[in-house]
Amino acid sequence: MIPLSWFLVFSAGLFSIGLFGVLARKNAIAILMGIELMLNSVNINLVAFWRYRGLDGIAGQVFAVIVFAVAAAEVAVGLALFISIYRRRNTIAADEIDLLKW
Amino acid sequence: MSTETIIWLLPLPPLLAFFLIVLFTNRSKALSHTIAVGAALLSWLGSMIVFWRVLQVEKLGENPFVYNINWMPLGNSWFRIGVQIDPLSAAVLFFVSWTILMIFIYSIGYQNYGQPKGDHDRPGLAPHGATVTDEHGHTHVVPSIEPLYSRFFAFLGLFAFGMYTLVVSDNLLTLFVGWEIMGLCSYLLIGFWFAKPSARAAAIKAFITTRIGDVFMLLGIVYLYSQVGSLNYREVFYDPEVLHRLATTPTGFLGFSTAGLIGLLLFIGAVGKSAQWPLHVWLPDAMEGPTPVSAMIHAATMVSAGVYMSIRIFPLITADWHGHALTPAMTVMAFIGAFTALFAATIAVAQNDIKRVLAYSTISQLAYMIAALGIGAYVAAAFHLVTHAFFKALLFLGSGSVIHGVEHGVLHTGEHVDPQDMYNMGGLRKKMPITFWTFLIGGFALSGFPILTAGFWSKDEILSDAFQHGHWAVFLALAIAALLTAFYTMRQITLTFLGQPRSESARHAQETPWTMTLPLVVLAVMAIISGWVGIPEGFPVLSLFVKNFFHEFVAGTLLEGPAPVLFHPVPLLTSLVVALGGLALGWWVYRDIPAGAPDPLQVRLGSLYTVLKNKYYFDELYDFLFVRPSYWVAETFTSLWMDRTVIDGILHTVAAVTITIGNGFRNYFDKPIVNGFGDFIGENTKKLGGIFRTVQTGRVQQYMILALVSIAGFSALFYYLLVFGR
Repeated sequence: MIPLSWFLVFSAGLFSIGLFGVLARKNAIAILMGIELMLNSVNINLVAFWRYRGLDGIAGQVFAVIVFAVAAAEVAVGLALFISIYRRRNTIAADEIDLLKW
Repeated sequence: MSTETIIWLLPLPPLLAFFLIVLFTNRSKALSHTIAVGAALLSWLGSMIVFWRVLQVEKLGENPFVYNINWMPLGNSWFRIGVQIDPLSAAVLFFVSWTILMIFIYSIGYQNYGQPKGDHDRPGLAPHGATVTDEHGHTHVVPSIEPLYSRFFAFLGLFAFGMYTLVVSDNLLTLFVGWEIMGLCSYLLIGFWFAKPSARAAAIKAFITTRIGDVFMLLGIVYLYSQVGSLNYREVFYDPEVLHRLATTPTGFLGFSTAGLIGLLLFIGAVGKSAQWPLHVWLPDAMEGPTPVSAMIHAATMVSAGVYMSIRIFPLITADWHGHALTPAMTVMAFIGAFTALFAATIAVAQNDIKRVLAYSTISQLAYMIAALGIGAYVAAAFHLVTHAFFKALLFLGSGSVIHGVEHGVLHTGEHVDPQDMYNMGGLRKKMPITFWTFLIGGFALSGFPILTAGFWSKDEILSDAFQHGHWAVFLALAIAALLTAFYTMRQITLTFLGQPRSESARHAQETPWTMTLPLVVLAVMAIISGWVGIPEGFPVLSLFVKNFFHEFVAGTLLEGPAPVLFHPVPLLTSLVVALGGLALGWWVYRDIPAGAPDPLQVRLGSLYTVLKNKYYFDELYDFLFVRPSYWVAETFTSLWMDRTVIDGILHTVAAVTITIGNGFRNYFDKPIVNGFGDFIGENTKKLGGIFRTVQTGRVQQYMILALVSIAGFSALFYYLLVFGR
């Protein structure tokens, strides 16, 4: 059986890729995709820990499902915001959306 | 309605009329005078009902109508005010209501209701006349209506309210309130033609002179209250213990007892209000007002109020007297009364203004009453008060009618003569028959024409009292004054009505409208019959038919009613001689004065006449003694020295010091320290903000990096603390 640590390393790699995407990409949609990656890496962790450590309940699975739902809602809101920004400013480059600048 | 309700309501209608006219109806002259006369009529009706019911009561003096209510809380008791009708106030109420009603009606005619508007009349001046064209195309100048017609009736209403309040009140405080309301109204009405400087001056003079008396009266009221703790007539004047205590408490002031001093202070109020010497100077000048006002002030209300109050406080003045030697306060009253009676009568002899003669005659007649009170002739004073009110109101209204008639002539002819100067009149009896006959009745009543007129009975009673109680000086002074009274009255009648007209205006004089002659007729009737209620017992023939009703009625007001003065031939003969002699002399001296001739007395008396003509120079004396020093004090002392030098100096110094201190604080404390501190904080906060704001780039990803770095940092910290911090 594959040991738990493999899952954790995979998940950490996935999280790092997502984080890089969030921090380094210009395109707002790419940033959103990075966030999805990070959320999913967390899901992997949750399910993995459930499988190896907490078999007497279904809390880990339920948690993962709730994270899916929240992620889906967040993407819906985020995309709507980007479309709105694109309509007004004709761009979705993250460093050009700087209305809160000093 | 119950008698109580009616008595309470008596003063109300004129007050309502005042407010209605002032607030709502002053634009409509007809409505205004209807309201005013209606109010006077209501009060008159109420007074008559009250008077009628009062007559039904046996021994009214012991059981008067008294009703009072709690008014002002005083610690653990109440100050009560209320109304009272005893025989004295009933008698006063009777003549007051009649004369007030007559004066109200008379005012309609006197202020030319129904006449056209004047050509160039101004509010505050007597109307100058209007030019009208009749159907034949002739133009005439006729009297024009008073511009401030409604205002006049409003003031009259307030005046009447004051008098009714004074008469029905049962304590000295509400009496004083009515008293002061009348003082105000007399000021307003004397100065009714306020655009005339002389009227303004007269109004101020009247107000200030009576004010002097009022201040003393207020002192007396306060003194009385502090001694007795009540101002109610019943509790002060009808309580033998209180009176005795007051009479036996010395004050240490010239040997007066407390009762005497209080009485004297109150009496000074009456001296001012009833224009007795030495405060008589305002009353002749008050003739500047319209004639109904003169009648109102001099006959029916204000000056009578002074005597009425003196009669009220009679128990106080005579406390512990019991018919022996006069108390000091009584002596003062007797002296002032007798002196003023004679003094004013002599001045009246030399006056040419028809109203001024009457003014001095009023002073003289009021002095009769004061003198009568001074010698203890309580009932006689009250009796003369009643009869005098009727015939003096009649005479004033009659003189107003004469002036009105002559003014008509002045307007008609365009002559420039004074319509009040008797030397411009003469022969008016044919032009103005009603005025003549009523004036004659009034004049004869004033002179004391025997048997027929009211003045004879009342004056005779005073003389008789003085004679029989042995007050010779008073008797003599009053007898001479009576002679002079008859003389100047006949002089006035002769100059005005008899002989030939001495000016074109008098030739064209005209009888006045019915609104003016009707009151004259009513008052003339009163001037005759009001004397018949007081025919002394023992008078030959007449006393068999009529009892001395008045004495029985009014004497009951006192605790121990004085015995009626019996008939005695000497005073009767005296009054017969002085009345008839004075009348005859007056007629004989003045029977045939041609136009432009000097007064016969001027020829005979020479410089004495000049002194009389100038009223013993009292105006000049007061001017020198009081008026000019007051001006001097006001201008030189108070204004220049006290105000501008001392007070202004102090103020300016204080201001300069304050400004210096303030500048110091501003320059050395406020600006550098307080402001500096505030600015320092503000500026530095701004600078710091300027540095820190560059953190806010607005880029989401930078914020995220910052968040990541912070989390990493904190994680490291926590890890360190958890692992190595133990």
